[in-house]
Amino acid sequence: MKRRALRTEALFFERNPRRVRRQGFLLPAMDVPAVEPADVLPSELLRSPDPDYPDISEMELVQHFHRLSQLNYAVDEGLYPLGSCTMKYNPRLNEATAGMSGFSSIHPLQPPSQVQGALRLIWELEEALKAITGMPGVTLQPAAGAHGELTGILMIRKALEARGEQRKVVLAPDSAHGTNPATAAFGGFRAQEIQSAHDGTVDLGALDRVMDDQVAAVMLTVPNTLGIFEHQIVDIADLVHRRGGFIYLDGANLNSFAGRALPGLMGADAMHINLHKTFSTPHGGGGPGAGPVTVSDALLPHLPVPRVLRRADDFELLWQDPESIGPMRGYYGNFLILVRALTYIWSLGAEGLREMSDVAVLYANLVRHRLKDAYHLKYESPSMHEVVFDDSIQARREVHNTDIAKRLLDYGFHPPTMSFPLIVHGALMIEPAESVAPEEVEEFCEAMLAIAREAETDPELVKSAPHDTPVSRVDEVRAARNLKVTWKPEENV
Amino acid sequence: MHPWVGAGPDDRRHILDELGLNSIDDLFATIPPEVCVDRLDLAPAQDEESVWLAMSRMAMSNLALDCAPSFLGAGVYRHVRPAVVNAVLSRAEFFTSYTPYQPEISQGTLQVIFEFQTLISRLTGLPVANASLYDGATALVEAVLFSHRVLRGRRDVAVVAETVHPMYRRVLDTYAEATGIEIVTVPPNTEGRLDPDRVREAAGDRACCVALQSPNFLGIVEDLPRLAEAAHDGGALAVQVVTEAVSLGLLEGGGTYEFDVVCGEAQSFGVAPGFGGPHLGFFACTEKNIRQMPGRLAGETVDEDGRRAFCLTLSTREQHIRRAKATSNICTNQGLMALAATVWLEAVGGAGLRELATSCLARSEELKRRISALDGPWRLAYPAAPTFNEFLLTGPGDGADLVDRIASEGVLIGVPAAKWGGSWPDGVLVAVTELNTSAEMDALVAALGAVS
Repeated sequence: MKRRALRTEALFFERNPRRVRRQGFLLPAMDVPAVEPADVLPSELLRSPDPDYPDISEMELVQHFHRLSQLNYAVDEGLYPLGSCTMKYNPRLNEATAGMSGFSSIHPLQPPSQVQGALRLIWELEEALKAITGMPGVTLQPAAGAHGELTGILMIRKALEARGEQRKVVLAPDSAHGTNPATAAFGGFRAQEIQSAHDGTVDLGALDRVMDDQVAAVMLTVPNTLGIFEHQIVDIADLVHRRGGFIYLDGANLNSFAGRALPGLMGADAMHINLHKTFSTPHGGGGPGAGPVTVSDALLPHLPVPRVLRRADDFELLWQDPESIGPMRGYYGNFLILVRALTYIWSLGAEGLREMSDVAVLYANLVRHRLKDAYHLKYESPSMHEVVFDDSIQARREVHNTDIAKRLLDYGFHPPTMSFPLIVHGALMIEPAESVAPEEVEEFCEAMLAIAREAETDPELVKSAPHDTPVSRVDEVRAARNLKVTWKPEENV
Repeated sequence: MHPWVGAGPDDRRHILDELGLNSIDDLFATIPPEVCVDRLDLAPAQDEESVWLAMSRMAMSNLALDCAPSFLGAGVYRHVRPAVVNAVLSRAEFFTSYTPYQPEISQGTLQVIFEFQTLISRLTGLPVANASLYDGATALVEAVLFSHRVLRGRRDVAVVAETVHPMYRRVLDTYAEATGIEIVTVPPNTEGRLDPDRVREAAGDRACCVALQSPNFLGIVEDLPRLAEAAHDGGALAVQVVTEAVSLGLLEGGGTYEFDVVCGEAQSFGVAPGFGGPHLGFFACTEKNIRQMPGRLAGETVDEDGRRAFCLTLSTREQHIRRAKATSNICTNQGLMALAATVWLEAVGGAGLRELATSCLARSEELKRRISALDGPWRLAYPAAPTFNEFLLTGPGDGADLVDRIASEGVLIGVPAAKWGGSWPDGVLVAVTELNTSAEMDALVAALGAVS
């Protein structure tokens, strides 16, 4: 039997066009006297009429979202080799533990005596992340990686204030993700680039020239966005520390060395950890993630509040601390994401985490080996968990990285990352992650090789891709020119 | 070997052979030895059953809200959660996908965001809404920074009502310190409401915005039309924060009264309390300021064949493109939580949302009536003030003490109101939703009697 070809799905607002009464959900019956809202609330504030949401039945609702879901690609469908995003398997055990009502149905403002298990979970995850990074302190509060960056930079700002210094600059390499300079700006600093050396790592000489008493921090990604380990990290950290600056590590790529190396030994003062990358919590179509930040002794006093404190036989919350930067968001973090991450860490244990990094790096090197003759590799330094090719060979036929990406969709794979690093023009940043079967990685390589051949023999085929997706190439320019971000009935008669 | 790692020992051997390497260690040769360890100081791997039991033990030592009559609110509410919400959220096509940067294979997520934006726009009375923010507290922060940008950084003061959730205000203080924005706080009058004249006076002509919450932290509904006017008189933007999003089923959103921003927390729409996260920040504003809006946006367009399609748009405001000049630090949204709210709102429907909100109102009024009829030390702190589904109750002791004493009677009465300070009496914020039955109210009233 052929499945109905799914291309588009009507919007919720277009359903039940006669706007007749249907029932989508039954509310609890009233067992108290009814109240006329205008008798107790100022009548000029009352809504009239209701928001124009059509009523639909439960099955219609389920079909709507079922059909929409089928227009999506997902990790469970195939390789999702987005470099730097680490699209690994999201274990079902994580979902099961996060769904326990003792976690999902507790209120953040219940007295601590009623939520000892939740406070213990936070403490346990903190201990685990301290062990994994070799750093003495951590906050689980940040909601995402960029939020973690800002938390780290604000702690650095506070530590400088405590020293009576007002440094104005934050340095980041030209290979950095865009969130690094953005974070510096939101933290009240000026972002300045450091040039990369020929091998793609930080140019120590260039750093030496700009690292003065105005530099608050150097933000580094380890391994960097080219998938290359900063082999001079210890010298870099020494130089920066000697001149009174701090080292901020972007931990987006922790999954390449967890279990083998400790950021604490690298001289990191703060590092955010994307739980939705290294520790397998789902990406959810764009959040919620979590971006805990581990810190060195120098930043320990400035961690955000509230903090969980362990006492002799219970846990409590510290809400006020004059040395703290204050809270970065409501409550204690994306708690149910923390439950998932701890489930993953406890499941894998020490050896499992090392195995995870080993295979992540092995797979990236397999891809590098298989594709190195067909795609150009600008930086030849050894690759860790990801490899960054570019489209310069294919560009001779006017085939660019975005075309290769769209053609990959026809082969049933999600494309690699292309928006950065900015120092590689036409980048194809590939990260297979460790959880897939090796055959899946090999099939992806075959698809990439086939596209490289097509670029030579039939470039139009690649440039007009995709040919086999629910919608054909989407006009993103038009979306920005004729902005339409909500549905309005008058435009759809 | 672990099941969550795809390659077994033989697979690894094969790949190493192909790469011409002897050992996996060869791949890590660029890491300086002085930063390496042989083994992490962590427990060994555990099987599913053991992890499940360990997690379950922690979960069971918490007192879940379903286990006792619960009246906790203060920004996090317990509402109906139709089973279809979790059923949709557990579809791998939604929860294991990434940000929809490739629209051709992400139309599901993109259309959900577009529907979410439309749902929020209609509730807030403003024409545009974004794809969501981290939570209500950071939504307030974004609204202040947004106002500062819209007025081109020329006004460095933000006027904030003291009755905006005090925890939100603390979060705002953290960010304001780094950006050099001065926060001026306006306390409520003796009725627990914000006085437009005091707002006008505080704002003068140097405020970039006036931010207030309605229903406010004390549960009281504010005079939105006059407060918007007061903000605008001095040239400031008017910002409404909403922490109980269900109130929008019965009350018009601030957009109807010329508010420039309506933002806050939409956890009430199908998102579990979850000990405070993940929750769902939302942000709506006027069309003319859309380019200063923080966060992601989905827009409608067409594909090459002219069919309707959706994609992320105006990403030139965002960090991965704009770098140091981005409009916001947020580089994601709360995608899955926005999906939860979309499913929830579409299940409940427009008339259903009014019915649900009216049920909250009626139950809250009923509980106020029953408490007022008690002899003894219990008092409504603002008996004449119009409230939606939450009110401040005072009694024989401070808020934290009362919460503990009533918990020992088996009722979770609410949240201590002075936890973060405030010019209001120290008592308990009691929230009532459609899930609080008449029998639960009896239990609460009996508990009050027992500790009088």
